[in-house]
Amino acid sequence: MATSFHGVGAAVAALSSSPSNSFDSKKLLCSPRRSFPVRKGASFVVARSDGSVNFDLNPKARRAQQLIVNAVATKSDSSPASSSSKPGHELLLFEALREGLEEEMDRDPRVCVMGEDVGHYGGSYKVTRGLAEKFGDLRVLDTPIAENSFTGMGIGAAMTGLRPVVEGMNMGFLLLAFNQISNNCGMLHYTSGGQFTIPIVIRGPGGVGRQLGAEHSQRLESYFQSIPGIQMVACSTPYNAKGLMKAAIRSENPVILFEHVLLYNLKERIPDEDYICNLEEAEMVRPGEHVTILTYSRMRYHVMQAAKTLVNKGYDPEVIDIRSLKPFDLHTIGNSVKKTHRVLIVEECMRTGGIGASLTAAVTENFHDYLDAPIMCLSSQDVPTPYAGTLEEWTVVQPAQIVTAVEQLCK
Amino acid sequence: MSTAFSSAKFSTQPFLLNPTSAASHESPLLFAKPTSQFLGSTRKLRLSSSSKLNLSRRSGTVVAVSDVVKQKKSKSTPSLLITKEEGLELYEDMVLGRAFEDMCAQMYYRGKMFGFVHLYNGQEAVSTGFIKLLKQQDSVVSTYRDHVHALSKGVPARAVMSELFGKTTGCCRGQGGSMHMFSREHNLLGGFAFIGEGIPVATGAAFTSKYKREVLKEADCDHVTLAFFGDGTCNNGQFFECLNMAALWKLPIVFVVENNLWAIGMSHLRATSDPQIYKKGPAFGMPGIHVDGMDVLKVRQVAKEAIGRARRGEGPTLVECETYRFRGHSLADPDELRDPAEKAHYAARDPITALKKYLIENNLAGEAELKAIDKKIDEVVEDAVEFADDSPVPPRSQLLENVFADPKGFGIGPDGRYRCEDPKFTEGTAHV
Repeated sequence: MATSFHGVGAAVAALSSSPSNSFDSKKLLCSPRRSFPVRKGASFVVARSDGSVNFDLNPKARRAQQLIVNAVATKSDSSPASSSSKPGHELLLFEALREGLEEEMDRDPRVCVMGEDVGHYGGSYKVTRGLAEKFGDLRVLDTPIAENSFTGMGIGAAMTGLRPVVEGMNMGFLLLAFNQISNNCGMLHYTSGGQFTIPIVIRGPGGVGRQLGAEHSQRLESYFQSIPGIQMVACSTPYNAKGLMKAAIRSENPVILFEHVLLYNLKERIPDEDYICNLEEAEMVRPGEHVTILTYSRMRYHVMQAAKTLVNKGYDPEVIDIRSLKPFDLHTIGNSVKKTHRVLIVEECMRTGGIGASLTAAVTENFHDYLDAPIMCLSSQDVPTPYAGTLEEWTVVQPAQIVTAVEQLCK
Repeated sequence: MSTAFSSAKFSTQPFLLNPTSAASHESPLLFAKPTSQFLGSTRKLRLSSSSKLNLSRRSGTVVAVSDVVKQKKSKSTPSLLITKEEGLELYEDMVLGRAFEDMCAQMYYRGKMFGFVHLYNGQEAVSTGFIKLLKQQDSVVSTYRDHVHALSKGVPARAVMSELFGKTTGCCRGQGGSMHMFSREHNLLGGFAFIGEGIPVATGAAFTSKYKREVLKEADCDHVTLAFFGDGTCNNGQFFECLNMAALWKLPIVFVVENNLWAIGMSHLRATSDPQIYKKGPAFGMPGIHVDGMDVLKVRQVAKEAIGRARRGEGPTLVECETYRFRGHSLADPDELRDPAEKAHYAARDPITALKKYLIENNLAGEAELKAIDKKIDEVVEDAVEFADDSPVPPRSQLLENVFADPKGFGIGPDGRYRCEDPKFTEGTAHV
């Protein structure tokens, strides 16, 4: 997975040197009703996953730039060149999560971790490695295998003053904690009339992995999305993983942070200074003109891979990593729809009742007038994820399907 | 329902006996055989001819839990268990609970409150016996039968009644209702509709107490949490999972089982393989105690020890209070399954009547004094109803408040602003 990421980054970066006339609107296959703004002498916009953006500062794009680098410490109007010249440090996504968690635990002694094998074992995905040695067995608590109860325990601790981070070893296991997450985590602030806050973070890896079988390949975001009172975010890069982890811990709301099993080894250079990523904002991955592709988590990389092919074919897709699964950032999404007038949603949830389904409804409701074509939504098949590699591959959306979908949308 | 039980049964060496060795703490894991069986039947009321039982009944005195042990029996002139002040406090609290619940029934049938309302009549001894020993910073977690727990913990009757009427002056602004009583000020952590759901929350509160002491180094933090739940809950996974965790980490919590023998229409004996709930404590490494939950002084004695244990950092205790609800499961329950003889048996052991008798017979209070308390409580409850009646219903603008502690959670709207910044937001819908 890491290699494909590097590939995409390099490919996109390489495009920045290609002559702008290859994107002449006359050669495009899309025939829009509204005219595209012609880019004059544009250096092709590269949005790297490290969060820095090289922009030709088109006023419309300025807002998108501000969305990416939402650092607490840096100035919001810093030029891209200076932020990308900071040395930073390179690490893998799971290390970024750990760094974020460790920094928050250093900053606030009330932050604690609970979960199976988070302590002595260091976490089954190594996200909490070393933390128990540093902070002790009570702050990094190894729980028995009782998801419902230790999630409830985390909620009770949050109500009484602590800021727990509850880890589900696999998001699927949190199905056992659904009672506590739905009834207590989401609702208690409301049913108590605002008396108790529940600043809990529930996190863990989910999504379809490599032949992990049906039960370990679940997408819980579709099940949790209706719960009122919670926020859901999905990280996809080391930069936003650390930023979202920190923001989630600092938030007074209960936040569910979705990680993906296959993204833990992504490598990226992230800033040295303290920063957080806004929980409610989406991330502009690749600005474009022809079609808006909304995605999140692992599918972001399938989309970027497809984008490579699309660009070669003459398309200019705008890729947005929605990041905030609940609530949706309708501003970023709306601005994009108003620009491109075509929307493709690429998600890993199943067709029925997934995040894509909700997003389709939200976009239709809010931006119907701006759409030139019906929204297309590519989701996983409504099947329990099979074990066989070939079958599993067909369950999730592959880059080729994304390319076909864009071609169809832009006809 | 058999009466062949002693006043208390232990499944560990009783540690709360014998004042002479009060300072030393026996290992909680020594086992003593219960002195008699906890028998029961759904059909017949089997009256026991156990002499020990009759003796304790005939004497009329409320004997301490320690009666089982021979050493204590030799003290034939038991010192009084409570002072006059304490006695009156207990009496008032129980009368408040009873009067309040009776008023709830009235108000429900008059259409002032709706939904599911579960009344606590008959079980007052458990609530009063335990909660009156707590400090304000100690936490209580309850179930849907939580009105009286709230009152005992100190939540004003006005706030509880308003909440039941669904008014904005209720303790949860009308948003919780009968089954969700919360009070931050009084550390009442709910009020839960699903059984067993509150037990992990209570375990979390106890965890916080331990965390504060050991990680945050608040050396004097010895807050205790009480988790109240019923016999039906004791067959639920959350119960066992939390017994395990609490014992494992020696959390300052007391698990109080209000065993009223019935889970709506399901008799405890029909639902449970081993109906002696207190025995499940030692299986997890904590003492399990059975106490007569219709006797507030006995409950109080046991509570004192259990809470003391938790406060000293010795870990959790499981206390099974054998009690009974005089009314149905809820106001919607026709209560047809329970044997009238069983009901009569327990009605005769009304905890309020028993305490009253104790106070008078031991010259702790006079009839007139107690009547004055009755009257005072009636006034409190009437006032609560009046207050609730006069209170306003929640306005439309309240609908979206309190969904999120940080309303930024409603997200960013198409115009680029956070929805919560829009003054008209509360008049709209909450979809994101």
